[in-house]
Amino acid sequence: MAFGDILMQLAAGFTVTLKIFFITVVLSLPLGLLVALGRMSKNRILSGIVSIYISIMRGTPLMLQLICVYFGPYYLFRVSLGTSYRMLAIYIAFAVNYAAYFGEIFRSGIQSMPKGQYEAAHILGYSRSQTFMRIILPQVIKRILPSVSNEVITLVKDTSFAFTLSVMEMFTMAKALAASQTSMMPLFVAGVFYYIFNFIVAKAFDIFEAKLNYYRF
Amino acid sequence: MKVLEIKNLAKSFEGMEVLNDISLSVEDGEIISVIGPSGSGKTTLLRCACGLETPDSGEINFDGTFGMVFQQFNLFPHWSVLKNIMDAPIHVQKRDSKEVEKQARELLNKMGLSDRADAYPYQLSGGQQQRVAIARALCLNPKILFFDEPTSALDPELTQEVLKVIKSLKDLNIAMVIVTHEMAFARDVSDRIIFMAGGIIVDEGTPDKVMNSDNERTKAFLGKLAGENI
Repeated sequence: MAFGDILMQLAAGFTVTLKIFFITVVLSLPLGLLVALGRMSKNRILSGIVSIYISIMRGTPLMLQLICVYFGPYYLFRVSLGTSYRMLAIYIAFAVNYAAYFGEIFRSGIQSMPKGQYEAAHILGYSRSQTFMRIILPQVIKRILPSVSNEVITLVKDTSFAFTLSVMEMFTMAKALAASQTSMMPLFVAGVFYYIFNFIVAKAFDIFEAKLNYYRF
Repeated sequence: MKVLEIKNLAKSFEGMEVLNDISLSVEDGEIISVIGPSGSGKTTLLRCACGLETPDSGEINFDGTFGMVFQQFNLFPHWSVLKNIMDAPIHVQKRDSKEVEKQARELLNKMGLSDRADAYPYQLSGGQQQRVAIARALCLNPKILFFDEPTSALDPELTQEVLKVIKSLKDLNIAMVIVTHEMAFARDVSDRIIFMAGGIIVDEGTPDKVMNSDNERTKAFLGKLAGENI
């Protein structure tokens, strides 16, 4: 197989990788914010449940979680969702897993905000939701950006776990090609793809960080 | 007319009684300084009055809105000076932004900061930040303004610059309750001085009366300060 063909096949797999990546980011960031709010809730039952959820997500392998989400409905409820469920299972497992990590990052950011910001907002008459959306959250985003960027870069590489469910993303494709061609080259090329993509992701975060540099705490 | 009336206020923290049956009323435009040793309950009194602490018992009644100036300024670091001042009037009081901007710029002018409207809080000195915080509080047109040790985080030079600004507010006819350790300032600016110790109001009256009080506790406190502040 010519190098060009390998490249084309990997590029096709890469679009699946990109899809998993973007959908996970878009779902898990807002979900993470909810996780943080749930974890900090004064309602003991809610915060307890969220704590257990975070603990399980962080304490078990993502690969196992993928398997559970995909096969769980059948083993628990005898529901067959068919192969079309495969991609959905991937998105659910990734989003739910990453939301746990993002949730902890958001929580650390929110809890590091000085009490005086809340007090000043309260005296000025802002409602609780105004205080959070206008005053707290924008500052939290600046504080947590480096941690979020770390996590997002990890996600780019973690998309390769989708091979667990035989989804034809780039890494699965590279492994298959390496086996059929008895060559390491497809895997190496896949590595280059990951690296370039992560390089772009890191740059994007650098630009965002620089944009938020107009103020300091 | 009264702008604030506090009746029989009590507050304790974990069994420690911080405020014990405090009653206080503030007249329209009146300037009151609250003095006393650390731990006497001065700050807790202010924080209860403006709702940052929930009193155990007692009654607090306001006529109109109030503002607060904090020891640590508490400006919003992600907003420019002008935005810090304008945001609450626009988004809380739902006022017209043009009218608010006009008022905000006038206030900045009064604070001697008209050239700093577009600066961010981190670019300002502590004294400048505190003056912005005062402008921010004033832009909501409060009937009463609380100051919680407004100069305690500032060096002597910046302290003077902030005290000068507070004095200049006298002609705005807004009632002010100022918790302070600056005795000379309290004497100059106040209509009434309240001396607190151990969670009660020990002494109160005109600056002359309190500064020359016969009360032993007041004399002891002022005597200790005599060497330093006055």
